[in-house]
Amino acid sequence: MVFIPLTEQERAEMLARVGVASTDELFEAIPAEHRFPRLDLPPALAELEVARHLAELAASNRHLEQMACFVGAGAYYHSIPSAVAHITGRSEFYTAYTPYQAEASQGTLQFMFEFQSLACELLGLDVANASVYDGSTALAEAVLMAQRVTRRDRVLVADSVHPEYRAVLRTYLGGRGLDLVAVPTRLVGEALAGVELPDQLDQRTACVVVQQPDFFGHVKDFRAERLAERVHAQGALLVAVVAEPVSLGLLAPPGAWGADIAVAEGQALGVPLQFGGPWAGLMACRQEHVRQLPGRIVGQTVDMEGRRGFVLTLQAREQHIRREKATSNICTSQTLLTLAITAYLSLMGPAGLREVARQSHAKAAYAASRIGRLPGYRVLTAEPFFNEFAVACPTEARQLRRDLLERGAIGGLELGRFYPRLSNALLFCCTEMNTRQQIDRLVEALAELGGAA
Amino acid sequence: MSEPLLSEVSRPGRPGHQLPACDVPDAPLPEAVLRDELRLPELGELEVIRHFTHLSQCNVSIDTTFYPLGSCTMKYNPRINEDVARLPGFALLHPYQPEETVQGALRLMYELQRALAEITGFSATCLQPAAGAHGELAGMLMIRAYHQRRGQGHRTKVLIPSSAHGTNPATAAMCGYYTVAVPTDARGNVDPERLRAELDEHTAALMITNPSTLGLFEEHIQEIVQAVHEAGALVYGDGANLNAILGMVKPGALGFDALHINVHKTFSTPHGAGGPGAGPVVVGPTLEPFLPRPIVARDAQGHYTLDGGGPDSIGRLRAFYGHFGIFVRAYTYLRMHGADGLRRISEAAVLNANYLRSLLQGVYELPYPRTCMHEFVLSGRRQKVLGVKTLDIAKRLIDYGFHPPTIYFPLIVEEAIMAEPTETESKDTLDAFAQALLAIAREAEANPDLARSAPHTAPVRRLDEVTAARKPILRWDSGRK
Repeated sequence: MVFIPLTEQERAEMLARVGVASTDELFEAIPAEHRFPRLDLPPALAELEVARHLAELAASNRHLEQMACFVGAGAYYHSIPSAVAHITGRSEFYTAYTPYQAEASQGTLQFMFEFQSLACELLGLDVANASVYDGSTALAEAVLMAQRVTRRDRVLVADSVHPEYRAVLRTYLGGRGLDLVAVPTRLVGEALAGVELPDQLDQRTACVVVQQPDFFGHVKDFRAERLAERVHAQGALLVAVVAEPVSLGLLAPPGAWGADIAVAEGQALGVPLQFGGPWAGLMACRQEHVRQLPGRIVGQTVDMEGRRGFVLTLQAREQHIRREKATSNICTSQTLLTLAITAYLSLMGPAGLREVARQSHAKAAYAASRIGRLPGYRVLTAEPFFNEFAVACPTEARQLRRDLLERGAIGGLELGRFYPRLSNALLFCCTEMNTRQQIDRLVEALAELGGAA
Repeated sequence: MSEPLLSEVSRPGRPGHQLPACDVPDAPLPEAVLRDELRLPELGELEVIRHFTHLSQCNVSIDTTFYPLGSCTMKYNPRINEDVARLPGFALLHPYQPEETVQGALRLMYELQRALAEITGFSATCLQPAAGAHGELAGMLMIRAYHQRRGQGHRTKVLIPSSAHGTNPATAAMCGYYTVAVPTDARGNVDPERLRAELDEHTAALMITNPSTLGLFEEHIQEIVQAVHEAGALVYGDGANLNAILGMVKPGALGFDALHINVHKTFSTPHGAGGPGAGPVVVGPTLEPFLPRPIVARDAQGHYTLDGGGPDSIGRLRAFYGHFGIFVRAYTYLRMHGADGLRRISEAAVLNANYLRSLLQGVYELPYPRTCMHEFVLSGRRQKVLGVKTLDIAKRLIDYGFHPPTIYFPLIVEEAIMAEPTETESKDTLDAFAQALLAIAREAEANPDLARSAPHTAPVRRLDEVTAARKPILRWDSGRK
């Protein structure tokens, strides 16, 4: 039945060998009153029927090839070279599991090692793990790591870090006696101009968390602001969050402006949106902290004939060895997506990634300059911004978004959902996928809809 | 022959993927925020394809090889799942699209929530957790919130069987608990007497896997659950072994308060060489108020929506909604099975495991000689005496064309070998695997060096893990000073 090869003949032979009359006997340890319960589920469908059913469900969604997408906010619609899916579609990769038996898993282990190397390069740090679940949980793990390293309780988090990431942090830290302090975004005039170090930075601080580009798209010159020096002067660590890693094609990486731990959401680097997951979280840190880094780490070694090979290593950090003393409980992570990311970066190369970044920024700059000149609209994100910018709108943001949808576009995210004082602002995003024509149509629509105010 | 690294194949100036020309003016960013260099490998598309194709040929996988990793449930990954998940109507959805544009996606999640709760005997589901360990975290955070809500914050102890997977105590520690191990008795059951000895007013919960990591159904499970509840604590179920009990028993009916489900084990979504999986958590009425949010709800008009829940929710466990791409696969699998189909899965999984056990138990020591469920644990003790350890047996199995079972787990069995065949393997495969293990046992007597120096036929010989940890090389040489 379905995927079970058992024949009646084989069943009889096997039952005889086991020494029972029927398979029912194999379940006798289950309390009788609870054995063989009824499951209220729809009847089974054949493959052809299920294919039709799922095709109908899929068709009842409107997807991004059918609409113009102007939203990002932690999830980015970028182009993915077709070769990526052919690589991740190889079943020798996706039907394997965690490479516990290294000699039988050199394919997996090598691409994990390559992924780690790429993560180090992108983030500008010394060592990276082979992934955690996503950007938001990577941040939670990074903060827990900073707490372990510094043995301190206070965590300062810029409120321009993705609101859902901050919510995850609250969940992970809740009840652990950790003091989570929000650092407000600086307003220069009306412009959202990034974070300013608060007075609460002191010797009790385990880490300061900033996002670059921040949730509003703003890019800060952290080197000029001497952020890392000031954090380190208090003995605290600097944790950097990158939600849009395509920006790393152009921008100075966290390691270059003094971050001790950097986390990133890898989705923008060759992973389809899939309504929110599965994606992959990148985590990298300075060499001195490697023993506190959670997650799988692959190391290079040799076999007994001197041949280079790769193995899971530094496993004493992990749950299967250290149990309650482990750096994290993480076991299964996001390996197949790290293959997608490694393949994407291999295909794009430095020139390709720089070009994606350049075009994403150029499209956003073009959109922002045209929208900013419309009466009633005001760009709130201070320059420079990367590929996202907040816009104060002259009419109700929610209605504006509905009207844009009717015209075939997904408008920017309603910021009022997360920031009450920005209740009439939308957060727009552009990538290389937005054509000039789409942007011009967006501007026309906004002009028309704004004029109604 | 080993495959070069991407950094070694790279040549400066090698053209990569091209984008269309930019149709808007260039917009330079200030010099001060730009990076100085970007050292990524430069390869052409053919080189990339060859590189990863070669790597794939160095892997053992379910598609090529019997892969009986205990508690991992390495069953066949149906191809229809892969086709469906790639439909643009599922793959190209932005999580912040307006809800009216993703009703099909929300409906799929809603139906999956309901099906998982129904199968396990619970009342509500959260699909957010990214993996089993993440589901455990959700469960234990909910339990902590429950006790705090009732002014029972002094309950800081969690009981965990000594046979438990390492994620269980690691999860408890992440929630601020300390853990106490409960031993297993001679029949392979959690010892109810020893459990009762540890239960007190400081106990928050028992974390338990049933069937256990020994592959055995807990014979005192009702007594255990009752004792835990009487002490004012809750029962968290690790659902890693759910493949044994689909349609056979519902953990919710046994009194469990929460359970996580490993969708990449029981429900056929691919293991992905180490993920992505998904670890949805199901709860009963006691813990429902604390469920992480959002989950999908349906209103009276049949409209699906993301429901942020009430004030007692523990909040978000991750950004967005969970591994939707994995939900599509699990939902597809469930729709192909129905109630009867699920029951047949467990029936065949348990029959296969008992059959394989019966082929091996004469030659390999069986520490707990009773009917097993979907997996069983052997000890390599008899072979160790001859100088062949379980590690060597595992490496030698690779030469015989099999992926080894799980080894050295659970910790309570010396030289443990934990095998889970799953229901998708044929009797012929089980017979061949047993033959190989029996041959290796004979080799251990006649020629122990064969196993000790195995593998011989893999792409690499045995790898030096000691040096890898002592002198870690964790990235390629970037060529920088």
